[in-house]
Amino acid sequence: MANGYRIVIGLEVHVELRTNTKIFCSCANRFGAEPNTQVCPICMGMPGTLPVLNKKALEYAIKAGLALNCNIASFSKFDRKNYFYPDLPKGYQVSQFDLPIAHGGWINITGEDGQPKRIGITRLHLEEDAGKLLHEGTDAFSSLVDYNRAGVPLIEIVSEPDLRSPEEARQYLTELRNILRYTGVSDVKMEEGSLRCDCNISLNPVTTDQYGTLVEVKNLNSFRAVQRALEYEVERQAALLDSGCQVKRETRSWDDSAGVTRSMRSKEKAHDYRYFPEPDLVPVAVDQAWVETIRQDLPELPEAKRKRFMQDLGLPPYDAEVLTASQELAAFFEECLAVYDDAKTVSNWVMGELLGYLNQEGLDITASPVAPKQLGELLQLIADGTISGKIAKQVFVQVCQTGKDPQTIVAEQGLRQISDSSQLEGIIAEVLAAHPQVAEDFRSGKEKALGFLVGQVMKATRGQANPQLVNELLRKKLQ
Amino acid sequence: MKIAVTEVEYVAHLARLALDEEEKVGFTRQLNDILTHMDRLSRLDTEGVPPTYHAIDMKNVFRADQTRTWLSRAEALANAPDQENGCVKVPRVVEE
Ligand SMILES: [Zn+2]
Repeated sequence: MANGYRIVIGLEVHVELRTNTKIFCSCANRFGAEPNTQVCPICMGMPGTLPVLNKKALEYAIKAGLALNCNIASFSKFDRKNYFYPDLPKGYQVSQFDLPIAHGGWINITGEDGQPKRIGITRLHLEEDAGKLLHEGTDAFSSLVDYNRAGVPLIEIVSEPDLRSPEEARQYLTELRNILRYTGVSDVKMEEGSLRCDCNISLNPVTTDQYGTLVEVKNLNSFRAVQRALEYEVERQAALLDSGCQVKRETRSWDDSAGVTRSMRSKEKAHDYRYFPEPDLVPVAVDQAWVETIRQDLPELPEAKRKRFMQDLGLPPYDAEVLTASQELAAFFEECLAVYDDAKTVSNWVMGELLGYLNQEGLDITASPVAPKQLGELLQLIADGTISGKIAKQVFVQVCQTGKDPQTIVAEQGLRQISDSSQLEGIIAEVLAAHPQVAEDFRSGKEKALGFLVGQVMKATRGQANPQLVNELLRKKLQ
Repeated sequence: MKIAVTEVEYVAHLARLALDEEEKVGFTRQLNDILTHMDRLSRLDTEGVPPTYHAIDMKNVFRADQTRTWLSRAEALANAPDQENGCVKVPRVVEE
């Protein structure tokens, strides 16, 4: 799409931490409350108030840093980032400038060539979120501000400019989200704004190593928007460079419905933030023993889980990736595997029937109407010949709808597979009598004709006949 | 002179301060005096002296993650110049 150019992308991701309270005050940190009901003199920026750091927010930032393979700074401090905007009651945001809590990490993605690719993480720092501007005021000249979000703890994660395509950016973001979701420090929901992403992108001719002019893209509200906006920027910048024009260094906003980025003129002059150390907060000197305790507390992370699923359970990479997208899904799979010990079969059913059903009903895995044990038992019923795979799919839907155990459904509805040849012989005779020509075709060597006859027997038994047995019996009869 | 009046005007603009001509000249002189003093301090040998990051020698002051209600919405909005639907009402900021 941009022949002759190297694409260079870096992401800045903001993630809201799932603490009970805000970062510097005791107000509740909860999404969706009535406007300005979770505020206090500190987060409203009243003169004379003093912020105090929430220890849990620090712990979560350290935990996220460790999960992203960062070094945790033994000494860290807060700074004021000064700018004027109505969502910021103090006229500055408390952030971290030169001594962030974590730096020098990385995560792995699958590169364009299918090989693992390491994406560097420059830094991870703690800061406070701003309030929310609502533009649906009664007149066109006003905005309404809700400060419930002001002071919610955020971590900002800055990647190295290591991403070489919009697809790699999407992968990085997906992996980052999964890792953070595993650690439990955030619910990382882009649609609720608990994960937000800004992109930096530049293009340069492949003949040089010199980076091109950087463009920042904001207002990205979904993973898809990130990828689309970057694809749009690649096209736009390549077209400019192709025609001998220069790319302007600027901030652009993504318009999702129009599918274009637009220049944001208002942000031009605001980039001089005049950072200085926050005098109201004392520095943080993190104790290494505490860091180690937090490290011990980390769960098995997606990459390790994926590797284990592939190496120990023999699953293909695709299955491993789908199943480890969330801890809950992976746990469901493993609990099911404890009941029915065939990883690939369990994987097929979890990815196919289960995710299909959940998707169709708009349910999360945590709200699955089927318990892992029930799915395991259903697979056992297939394995021991009690029901056919086809019937099992019907039973699965009924387990979903009624919550009853598979055995109960099979017994109640007489769905047990007919594996008794004496029960099938009569039906087979009828089918052969009704289709003499097909039977003749098979006898004269048309192997395909058998499939039709098996189908007819299955139909006559409403799918309950053991297809393998039907096959055998038909062959015997037609010899 | 380390800084000129134009820089004072720029910083004043960023800080939303309206300065008259006399103040601009006054602040330019004062800021230059301060920077000259900083230059003098820079000449001191600080080899081996750890940087000061905070005026008071304290660290690790934390708060437990427990909620506490402080203000009713009416109290929170009492000082707002204007309000609507439980929100602070401000002049619209055009961002396009
Ligand atoms: Zn507060």
